[in-house]
Amino acid sequence: MHFVVCAKQIPDPETPPAAFRIDEQSNEVVPAQGIAPVLSQFDGMAAEAALRVKETAGDDTKITVISMGKESAQAAIKQVLAMGADEGLLLEDDAFEGGDSYTTATVLSAAIEKLGDVDAVFCGRQAADWDMGQVGLGISELMNWPGSIIASDVQVADGKMSVKRVLADGFETVEVPMPAVVTVSNELGEPRYPKLQQIMQAARKTVNTMTAADLGLDASSVGAAGARLKLERLFIPEVGGDCDMIEGESPEEQAQALVAALREAKVL
Amino acid sequence: MAQDILVIGEVEDGAPASVTAELLGAARRLADGGNVSVTLLGAAAAGAADAAFAAGADRAYVGADGAYDEFQPDQWIAAAQAAVEQASPAAVLMAQSGIGRDLAPRLAFRLDSAAAMDCVAVESGDGGFRATRPCYGGNAQATYSFATSPAIATVRAKSQEPLADPHSGAGETVELAAAGESRGTIAGREQAVSEGLQLQDASMVVSGGRGLGGPEGFEVMEALASALGDDKAAVGASRAACDLGWYPVSQQVGLTGKVVTPDLYIAVAISGASQHMAGCSGSKTIVAINRDEEANIFKSARFGVVADYKAVLPPLIEAIKAAG
Repeated sequence: MHFVVCAKQIPDPETPPAAFRIDEQSNEVVPAQGIAPVLSQFDGMAAEAALRVKETAGDDTKITVISMGKESAQAAIKQVLAMGADEGLLLEDDAFEGGDSYTTATVLSAAIEKLGDVDAVFCGRQAADWDMGQVGLGISELMNWPGSIIASDVQVADGKMSVKRVLADGFETVEVPMPAVVTVSNELGEPRYPKLQQIMQAARKTVNTMTAADLGLDASSVGAAGARLKLERLFIPEVGGDCDMIEGESPEEQAQALVAALREAKVL
Repeated sequence: MAQDILVIGEVEDGAPASVTAELLGAARRLADGGNVSVTLLGAAAAGAADAAFAAGADRAYVGADGAYDEFQPDQWIAAAQAAVEQASPAAVLMAQSGIGRDLAPRLAFRLDSAAAMDCVAVESGDGGFRATRPCYGGNAQATYSFATSPAIATVRAKSQEPLADPHSGAGETVELAAAGESRGTIAGREQAVSEGLQLQDASMVVSGGRGLGGPEGFEVMEALASALGDDKAAVGASRAACDLGWYPVSQQVGLTGKVVTPDLYIAVAISGASQHMAGCSGSKTIVAINRDEEANIFKSARFGVVADYKAVLPPLIEAIKAAG
């Protein structure tokens, strides 16, 4: 079998709020000094899900990790290769810049089409920067393959994918015929941590690069030119900022003072 | 400018879900004199139509087929697409729910249009339809316009007001076809039974985070909820605490968990990461209890207590009980 893992490099979501800045002229996040971009955490979980299936399915399963991004996204690809994926594919073109979920899914689908023999696509439930959660479903629609979202477990057997999905009030297991797309949530568990030897091996694994032309995509259908959602404004919302600190000589006093304050505010 | 709006409704206990009523209120305001339609799917759909008319709809597209009671994307998307074709709306609204998360992107791709997810504000003006939504884990918000039509948006529960007065007693009902084929089959379902009061229904929520140090910390959280009243307070948890297995996933509050808007939210040993605040920032009063006085949570809180929860919660529980 051949699996694809979609990986995105994003600004580190653990960036302290004090270091999070926006350039309101360009509507872009200003990269925080000294904080390196990271693999979007849900994409790491997607890779973990694909690797777990590969472990049960056997070594003739190949995993290709695809990222659309700049040259720096090689780091995200290498991380998934170090986890155990077999090959990398970077989709890099200035024309891809400034796109939306639609153009991203268009580019990724074109690459999946180009690979030709893909049985399953694993994506994170959402990229931890824009938090949209659309690209996986977009690939599902563009490829016309079944898609299941927010998985906490993925199994593959007999040409079928079985997905345990996280719902608001529990879980449901959905079976779909393959090829299929799945998006993975944090409930799957932590992605494996590559060993030093695996990191060194990853450096030697093949990472191909493709442009819009290589994918047969017209520049007008991708990036800012092809985007259907136009970002008008990116801003940092205001938060309250008027916290009354409850003082006291002892925890007992603090507890009494808090209850008194809540009663005075008519909350209790 | 008058424009037509379609709401993809959800039916709960034979009536439009509360979030559907909120969306109908928003649709009524956006329509500005235009038509508001709603889709209602499932065995109880027809019976929910009158309540949907009262909540703001002029027309209901009803798929009264029990097969719709289980959300199967292939079946729901066909019904939604049929309603869009008939109503030709300028915008389609749905809830940021298990259904909306799944359906909105699919519908956008089917219709060669776009969706904005998890919106907290939707408006219509000279530049057309605009939607504002949190991103970067809640650190930022983004406002989008749409280059294509219809504009599709999923909207966060409790972000929109339902109509104050009933819209009308009657509307037009249009039948949708019975559910079609589905590529997927549901092989099993597990209910995560959280006993008693559900998080979203609670007027008070007490949530614990990684700083509790272990699952036993949640026993104290449960005692705190009980002291506030079992019929009023529910216990939530941060994603970190759920990922560590300390508390059930069903009780996770945050961007990828539940969004709660209680009157009182008590965050205990939670640092206040943006993705957590995205799930509770709509609470009327937030109380933060944390050992670290620099914790981000104090920026969003109305009242703060710098203390070790192990020391302060037992006397707090006693003080609440004493206050009755």
